[in-house]
Amino acid sequence: MYDPTVARLTYRALLGRRRALILGALPLLLLLISLAVRTLTGADDRTASDVLGTLALATMVPLIGVVAGTGAIGPEIDDGSVVYLLSKPVRRPTIILTKLIVAIAVTMVFSAVPTLLAGLILNGNGGQVAVAYTVAALVASIAYAAVFLLLGTVSRHAVVFGLVYALVWEALFGSLVPGARTLSVQQWSLAVAHRVAGGDLVTSDVGLPTATVLLVAVTVLATWYAGQKLRSLTLAGEE
Amino acid sequence: MSTLTIDHVSRWFGNVVAVNDVTMTIGPGVTGLLGPNGAGKSTLINMMAGFLAPSTGTVTLDGQPVWRNEQIYRHIGIVPEREAMYDFLTGREFVLANAELHGLGAKAAQRALATVEMEYAQDRKISTYSKGMRQRVKMASALVHDPSLLLLDEPFNGMDPRQRMQLMDLLRRMGDEGRTVLFSSHILEEVEQLARHIEVVVAGRHAASGDFRKIRRLMTDRPHRYLVRSSDDRALAAALIADPSTSGIEVDRAEGALRIQAVDFGRFTTLLPRVARDHGIRLLTVSPSDESLESVFSYLVAA
Repeated sequence: MYDPTVARLTYRALLGRRRALILGALPLLLLLISLAVRTLTGADDRTASDVLGTLALATMVPLIGVVAGTGAIGPEIDDGSVVYLLSKPVRRPTIILTKLIVAIAVTMVFSAVPTLLAGLILNGNGGQVAVAYTVAALVASIAYAAVFLLLGTVSRHAVVFGLVYALVWEALFGSLVPGARTLSVQQWSLAVAHRVAGGDLVTSDVGLPTATVLLVAVTVLATWYAGQKLRSLTLAGEE
Repeated sequence: MSTLTIDHVSRWFGNVVAVNDVTMTIGPGVTGLLGPNGAGKSTLINMMAGFLAPSTGTVTLDGQPVWRNEQIYRHIGIVPEREAMYDFLTGREFVLANAELHGLGAKAAQRALATVEMEYAQDRKISTYSKGMRQRVKMASALVHDPSLLLLDEPFNGMDPRQRMQLMDLLRRMGDEGRTVLFSSHILEEVEQLARHIEVVVAGRHAASGDFRKIRRLMTDRPHRYLVRSSDDRALAAALIADPSTSGIEVDRAEGALRIQAVDFGRFTTLLPRVARDHGIRLLTVSPSDESLESVFSYLVAA
């Protein structure tokens, strides 16, 4: 179910081009802002939670997820080089699962690690805030990678749709319409973070059981469907 | 030895019919798939390669369906028309990756690179390759698992004459070894130099099939039209119409030229200069007026 060659090609495509710059720039920005906040306001659990909640989990994690998830397959389908994977006796679900694992790993490294560092900078993990948001980022990485990998498989405009979901749905719509929050990867991961941190520093609109079921369901369904789409992917000629 | 069978295959995109009820059998040796641009060659090759589902009909390789059957790629090598190919890898890394995806190793990759004579540039990034070098590395990636069927979509596009000759030699060798090799082209001369057997597709339909000499004769024996200007058009017209190789002559006053229809191509081409010389007429313009490939093909369809 995992093909090391597919993984190698995906890693090199993801980390070798301009994409690596975007992947590196966002975490760097988070760390700089955290440093500034800590310097200006000192260590405060509430402030740390606000910064990590809005900047790290609501903004950076989904954006990294979009770049890594769609980038793991979208460009190959766009330029047609995916033909070299498809013309091989490799099962399509294996290709998708391998790409998912790579996308998850890249999203985790570029979102969860900087989240932990930012948390340590902000308040030295006071009130378990840094660890809680790191766990949330890890959990969210899995779901985002799966959803955006599916998007990269089915649409040529995956990045645009991904950004719309990440910024409009998760950040804007979710804060205006309460119901939308139930269908939000961010809220599901916050439910997990709430369990880690305890208390009311980290809260979620969704209960942990619901969040867990939805996280697993979305990840599994998105991955299964992406595999199905790849099985019948049509490569249009240039005519 | 493999046989690819295309059985009553059609493919449409919305209202547009790209391939219309095509039936053909491709056996060992080199086969040329000939047709003008937009005739549906790529659509057909994509269906042969299992990258596109036929709307109706079936494509099978030795009885096995090619659509949604990834195990079939153990027997098929594909050289796509599109350029994109993991440009950030070196040629060697690219071919090795293709070998690994077939469950093979560095030895198979090295052999394939040697076959296409690309060892000298194997450690350069693909992004630095010329079109011909890319084509050869694509070829190596298609040969790495020693397939019995090789499909190539417009493989000579953009190649210089020397690269073209090299690739033709290679494909000829593959055909002689008993592999089934099918390549598409819109250039008659390319197909003629390489393929003994050709399949002609025009406007999505299967227009002709068989030995290239027979089809070539069909193409050259069709009525040819010429536009001729000379020092004495009327005298030339009178002299030409006396010969059975000419079936009609029209004096085009607006153009100040003769429009001649010749039925016997070979005879007419030797007749014209001789008649002109014998009558002391100077030929100023002799130009074929329907030599476009499209008109050649449309004649074939009507035949």
